[in-house]
Amino acid sequence: MNEVTGISGHNQPDSETLVEIFSKAMLIKLCDDRIRAVLRSGKIVSPHYSPRGQEVVSAAMATALRQGDYLVTIYRGLHDHLAKGVPLRQLWAEYAGRVTGSCKGKGGPMHITHPEAGVVVTTGIVGSGIPIANGLALASQVRGEDRVTVTNFGDGASNIGAFHEALNMASVWKLPVIFLCHNNRYAEHTRYEDCTAVDSVATRGIAYTMPGVSVDGNDPVEMYRAATAAVDRARRGEGPTLIEARTFRFEGHNYGDPGHYIPKDVYAAALADDPLPKFRAKLVSEGHADEARVAGIEAKILADIDDAVAFALASDWPEKAELRRDVFVQELAA
Amino acid sequence: MNALVTPNNKGEISCTQASLMAMDEAMERDPTVLVFGEDVADQEGGGIVGATSGLSTKYGSSRVRSTPIAEQAIVGAAVGAAIAGMRPVAEVMMMNFMTVAMDQIVNHAAKIRFMSGGKTGVPLTIRTMSGVGGGFGGQHSDMYEAWLAHVPGLKVVVPSNPADQKALLTSCIFDDDPCIFIESTLLMGTRGPAPEADYSAPLGKAKIVREGGDVTLIGYGRPMVDAAMAAEALSKEGVSVELIDLRSIVPFDRDTVMNSVAKTGRAVILHEAVRSFGVGAEISARINEELFGQLKAPVRRIGGLDCPVPFSAALEREYMWSVERIVDTVRTTLD
Repeated sequence: MNEVTGISGHNQPDSETLVEIFSKAMLIKLCDDRIRAVLRSGKIVSPHYSPRGQEVVSAAMATALRQGDYLVTIYRGLHDHLAKGVPLRQLWAEYAGRVTGSCKGKGGPMHITHPEAGVVVTTGIVGSGIPIANGLALASQVRGEDRVTVTNFGDGASNIGAFHEALNMASVWKLPVIFLCHNNRYAEHTRYEDCTAVDSVATRGIAYTMPGVSVDGNDPVEMYRAATAAVDRARRGEGPTLIEARTFRFEGHNYGDPGHYIPKDVYAAALADDPLPKFRAKLVSEGHADEARVAGIEAKILADIDDAVAFALASDWPEKAELRRDVFVQELAA
Repeated sequence: MNALVTPNNKGEISCTQASLMAMDEAMERDPTVLVFGEDVADQEGGGIVGATSGLSTKYGSSRVRSTPIAEQAIVGAAVGAAIAGMRPVAEVMMMNFMTVAMDQIVNHAAKIRFMSGGKTGVPLTIRTMSGVGGGFGGQHSDMYEAWLAHVPGLKVVVPSNPADQKALLTSCIFDDDPCIFIESTLLMGTRGPAPEADYSAPLGKAKIVREGGDVTLIGYGRPMVDAAMAAEALSKEGVSVELIDLRSIVPFDRDTVMNSVAKTGRAVILHEAVRSFGVGAEISARINEELFGQLKAPVRRIGGLDCPVPFSAALEREYMWSVERIVDTVRTTLD
């Protein structure tokens, strides 16, 4: 672990924990693969921001959290949604714009919300979830709960003013919040180095007297250790942590982006280092799970995805009256 | 515990005390009510005009917090706390500073209930202050209620006197939707009768301040003071003005406005915000849509001129409404 300042994690995940992280990561990969296939088929028309390549970051973090902990994420949020437990059927139905979706089809994939799993905010605006996470954490602090809030964002968001305002406030108030930056090396189409004044996002914690750790987000052990250390610190009431999880984005900024701005050799090296096959091989070779168990996990995921896609496509569209519902608690007179 | 506001020996409170009274009672009644903003705690003076004075001492530094000067962080924290089931009252010191936090207000507070299909909601209140006429210049005077009313999902409330300020702020704090509560800088020291304990002002219910039969004068906020004087002056000329204080822009009290204009056949709308593309334009359009055949004169609007609020008193007087402008504009509907 490349610790920039502050804390380091010592919680070594046991075999069952690794299997749990793997299962979440593989669910994300296989679901994302299917979303892109269905979008290509034209059966669903939707924006999509693939998290392919970043699965382990969310899977390890979610495994370190409790169901009741809050999660805030962004338009590239599929990995966070699935890891934290948004049901596949509701997720797919939301992609399809159906009334059975997590938001009745009214939000779409950029606004997936499932409070039962702690997924309370998904925003389509870069950096905007960060100050909101402070408010969720503030509520826990005022109530004296030990609930933790994690807010996910990309490296580009660390250049937004709201990031800096929020880190300062969280540090001043010692809020139980974790700022998890998925540094996938591109802010939309712009290289990290070309738009960011620091070598590592984690160093930005120094300015706010907050522990900042930079880890290989694609390494499940390293990522899990950093996550548990930050979660434990927040639960103890000791305040926020900034984690920079170094990773890579395989499918461009959004669906349809060919990623021509990524140098071919950089892209090829990243693909050759795909965290999912590596994680799978590690599970088997280190004896955490045998091949049959891993294959069983994958088969179950694929069957669940088949079920969710069929459910979504068979579901009803929302009725016109939904346009007036949920604007306010009670519909206002015209 | 003792109430933080006691009316004076004439039974009056100021608008500042009205806001304080509403927050004091709300915090006493409901432990989920939080207050935060720049300089709101007692160590920092209890707010720049004293509207939060005593709250942090009475309710503690967990529920009442001075914040960094960081409007995105302030409003963002209010959005998050509200989603988590609290009733935050965030203060954005001056309305022009809300522009810094518009992403949180427009993209998040207003839309989260709809975008989540009703799974989450944002029961926050943002108190802010503004107004023309104090020589505060172009960045401390603007009234942006039309910007906010243009965003579905926000309730927008503008009180004009202490009793309504207390009652309307109470309604906002306990409303389950995001409410923007716009106080008038120049009314904060103005005194008026304290509200009776049971006085309430539901959002979306306008008040007929004065009944009349010739012309309907519709306004809200500080210009209501001059509107009342104009109505009195006109009555001496034999012109009977029905004066309506909207109190909330959203929800809009359609019934009170339309019933009145249907009766008088004439309408003038008054606000301190810039006239072009403002609340007056929307109300005028609605009156024309509903009552076109019954109108005896075109609907008229009084608002700020199409320029930034100027500093010089000589220019500011020309920029803003006055009793004379109101009287003259009402007269044009009678010719």
